[in-house]
Amino acid sequence: MSLSPDNARQSAPEPVVSDSKALPKVQIRGVNFFYGSHQVLRNVSMDVPALKVTALIGPSGCGKTTLLRCLNRMHDLYPGNRYEGSIQVQPDGTDILGSGVDPIQVRMRFGMVFQKPNPFPKSIYENVAYGLRLQGMNRRRELDERVEKALREAALWEEVKSRLHQMAHNLSGGQQQRLCIARAVATDPDVVLFDEPTSALDPIATSKIEELIVELKKRVTVMIVTHNLQQAGRISDMTAFMYLGELIEFGETNRMFTNPAKPQTEDYISGRFG
Amino acid sequence: MQPELLRKLQEGRARRRKAIDSNFRRLGFFLTLTTLGILGILMLNLAMNGLARIDWQFMSSFPSRRAGEAGILSAWVGTLLLMLVTASAAIPFGVAAGIYLEEYAPKNRWTAFVEINIANLAGVPSILYGLMALGLFVYQFRFGQSLLSGGLALGCLVLPIVIVATRESLRTIPSGIREAAFALGATRWQAVWHHLLPYSTGGIATGVILAMSRAIGESAPLITIGALTFIAFLPPAPLISHAPFVSVDWLFSPFTALPIQMFNWVSRPGEEFQSNAAAAGLILMVITLSMNAAAILLRRRAQRNITW
Repeated sequence: MSLSPDNARQSAPEPVVSDSKALPKVQIRGVNFFYGSHQVLRNVSMDVPALKVTALIGPSGCGKTTLLRCLNRMHDLYPGNRYEGSIQVQPDGTDILGSGVDPIQVRMRFGMVFQKPNPFPKSIYENVAYGLRLQGMNRRRELDERVEKALREAALWEEVKSRLHQMAHNLSGGQQQRLCIARAVATDPDVVLFDEPTSALDPIATSKIEELIVELKKRVTVMIVTHNLQQAGRISDMTAFMYLGELIEFGETNRMFTNPAKPQTEDYISGRFG
Repeated sequence: MQPELLRKLQEGRARRRKAIDSNFRRLGFFLTLTTLGILGILMLNLAMNGLARIDWQFMSSFPSRRAGEAGILSAWVGTLLLMLVTASAAIPFGVAAGIYLEEYAPKNRWTAFVEINIANLAGVPSILYGLMALGLFVYQFRFGQSLLSGGLALGCLVLPIVIVATRESLRTIPSGIREAAFALGATRWQAVWHHLLPYSTGGIATGVILAMSRAIGESAPLITIGALTFIAFLPPAPLISHAPFVSVDWLFSPFTALPIQMFNWVSRPGEEFQSNAAAAGLILMVITLSMNAAAILLRRRAQRNITW
């Protein structure tokens, strides 16, 4: 899993955190990712700041979702995948790509919200409680409290408090996605990963989710993959532009959108390709 | 070509294509009706010969040399107990194998080989399962010509059906549901136990019922292992009056079953025995059809409660 020094010196782009004073939450260093013999990520290094929203943008196939899924070791579920490099989570500095690290422990620290709302075919309550139950919580009072707290954080409590024990599938698409957010934040993860969370939603549901993400960063670090540049501009503090498996540029969103340093970034942001 | 001529030609073609289409519709309707008609006539025939014979005496009597006094008590009890053994063997093995193959097994040559052979197993003639059971269960394990041997033989016979039903049922669960569970920190076992198995119960139960309705009509494997055709007693009761109050002696009892009893009556001369056979056949058919109906209902219900 360790990176040879030669390789690191060769082409490692400096992690571009110069224009952010925030403490890093996740330090990605020299990450390569292989699907079989096909290399999908090339030497990605970046510092994801704590309690900020970091957007990953780039054309399809650039590796942004792959990078996101490295962070909760989702790639371990499928055969033939291989990581190189290190991803340290602060404050304890655990390298989540380290060989002794259990992916299940990693996933308990990194919540994830998927592209398509994917609630379990269970009640609203059980959906939110599931992560807590996995972590061994089974006292009813405690569960009730945490479920309510998570649903409030996902701005869903008022809409569902009278029907917590109805099936989650009776909710609208946007409500289902907020339920998935509640499910992801219920366990107090360090980071919540969003993989194009609004691509299946209408504009009104989308704006609710966006408000929610901005609200969430008060207490949790957020990373979001998005195809929608306006969305990245609206909600993110930091933006990372990826292209062909490499991190091209990473910086404060305002600066990235007004004054990109790299020509590829400018081409992509101004809509010349992608 | 003249535009007028071209138009006429195209019209002609369209007419011919439509004619082929409607001819096939008529043919298909006729063939479907024929198949259903044959089944209907069979049912009607059984009912005409056997319905009058079905009464309490028929259900509660042992077989007899006198057709009028004979009944199917030992046969239906035997069938019921056989199904119990078959289900207890086929469900855990089949579901576990299905879960392993679908959720755990790596996709490589070895598992591909296993998969092909499960499909092959479903096509093995049932009498070969009988021979296998005779060698393995009756003689090797010394279970004798018993309910246990018979039930296990039928269990092996329907195992592929249960495995395939389990796999197909698991496969209908979107990968997003699995990922949602894993992303919250579930192990594979927890994902299976908390989510995949509960969500696929309807499909698995449907497959199990279909497997049972296949097993219930089998006679060849049972004859091979030596099911008797004349049994004038019931297996020992599973509950007894002294400690430990349950008994497994019934598992080792000789037995008969509905298809065997039916076969026995069919092969005897005399009108009365023929109508006994028809009555037994009618009962077997009603059981099978109601099991299939239950499977359909179960599938509908499962689909209604679980949507993605």
